[in-house]
Amino acid sequence: MESLLANFLAKYNYWAYIGLVMIGMYAMIAKRNLVKKIIGMNIVQTAVILFYVSIAAKKGKTIPIIAHGHEDTGHHAVQALDYISPLPHVLMLTAIVVSVATLGVALALAIKVYRQYGTLEEDEIAMRIEEQ
Amino acid sequence: MRFLALITILMVGGLLFYGTPDFPAWGDPESPASLHVSPYYIEHAVEDTAVPNIVTAVLADYRGYDTMFETAVIFSAGIACLFLLRIYRRKSTTTRLYRHNLTGITLRIAKGGKLPEGSAEFERIDSLWVPYDMIIKVTSRLVVPFVQLFALYVIAHGHHSPGGGFQGGVIFGAAIILYAISNDLRRAFRRLNEKAALLASAAGVLLYAGTGLMCLLLGGNFLDYSKLADLLYTDAIMARSHGILIVEIGVGLAVMAVMVSLYYNLSSAGRHDEGL
Amino acid sequence: MIWPVDLIIMVLVMICGIGAIMVRDLLGAGILFGAYSFMMCLLWAIMGAVDVAFTEASVGAGVSTVFLVAAVFRTSRRTKD
Repeated sequence: MESLLANFLAKYNYWAYIGLVMIGMYAMIAKRNLVKKIIGMNIVQTAVILFYVSIAAKKGKTIPIIAHGHEDTGHHAVQALDYISPLPHVLMLTAIVVSVATLGVALALAIKVYRQYGTLEEDEIAMRIEEQ
Repeated sequence: MRFLALITILMVGGLLFYGTPDFPAWGDPESPASLHVSPYYIEHAVEDTAVPNIVTAVLADYRGYDTMFETAVIFSAGIACLFLLRIYRRKSTTTRLYRHNLTGITLRIAKGGKLPEGSAEFERIDSLWVPYDMIIKVTSRLVVPFVQLFALYVIAHGHHSPGGGFQGGVIFGAAIILYAISNDLRRAFRRLNEKAALLASAAGVLLYAGTGLMCLLLGGNFLDYSKLADLLYTDAIMARSHGILIVEIGVGLAVMAVMVSLYYNLSSAGRHDEGL
Repeated sequence: MIWPVDLIIMVLVMICGIGAIMVRDLLGAGILFGAYSFMMCLLWAIMGAVDVAFTEASVGAGVSTVFLVAAVFRTSRRTKD
């Protein structure tokens, strides 16, 4: 029980990530409106980015920009222990740009569905497809 | 359906929860994510490339191949939106609506005749007309140049401060979208029309790939910027720094053009006549 | 990494996320989505990821919200659930 409580308090960023994945997936599966599904997709994407960024964090270290780096004072030793890890940040920059591209194409598809069927609720769309 | 969805997500949540005791604690310096490749990047970024911002150095130099394909992804998203939504109609010469500013009379001109676009007394309107909103138009006319200047600053200072190509490109695109929202969409078309936006996005991707190809032609690997040293009259380390800058400019150009093109297609649903 | 600030912003993130999918008006959902993006940007800035926070502030809270509002304007604004 003690270790469970210590576990809980030390890892609270993972609870946020799990909660957000559950909220986003519920929106994608259970909501009938297409725009709500698209918002749920984006919530899942940002939750995964939160997970990666929280892995890279270290307590008490500084941001990955080397101070006084542009002065030519010879190669003073840069300790890898003083900085947080920059590799997940690089991967997540790509992920954010891909998420906005996906959002643009998904909204274009939603507008096209509206143009064709006149509504954005998926049960009404199913009814109108059967009538045709 | 909702009951089934609730069961599913509770199962997913339970599985994720079950995996958390194996994860490292938050903020642990000895976690495996920080031990293998990251210390090499942190210690050698300034020696190899003379760029203090480690994230920019890794993004554009050590992992430049991924960034090139990401630029291709966002270019293809712009093209896909164009394919999905765009409706090409011949410019309807049947009726155009003009409004006389002084008296408020709306003219409907039948086929054939048209007034010049930039004349001061008449303005071309669409079917929905909103009155001239002085506060919004004047304020955004004052704000837009500074936003564009800030976007160029962010691109150029990606080496020393947080920023880089993507952020600057998106901010530049947001400035043009602000201009398109506050004034008419047609006025934004006069400044940057659709063909110019698509050409600019293609030029951005071409700049990135062309830099890589130039390195290949000069004898190194693809995207090995140190071989650009002969072309730029500097040593190998500064050539990598300048190569990163050229590549970031290409990325910024492509991202700006794609954001503007996506906005044009989404807000007018492909017709390019009236916007928000 | 100050833990009270972290906790408050995480609670706000959850509230904005739940609000964005529960609201019946699609324009309100879009605006709440913009607020959710801003809170995530703050969270990442506190964790030390300044580049990622900058990108999310410009992309998520800027351009992404504009796209959603433009699409809602071109389709309908009401929704049944």
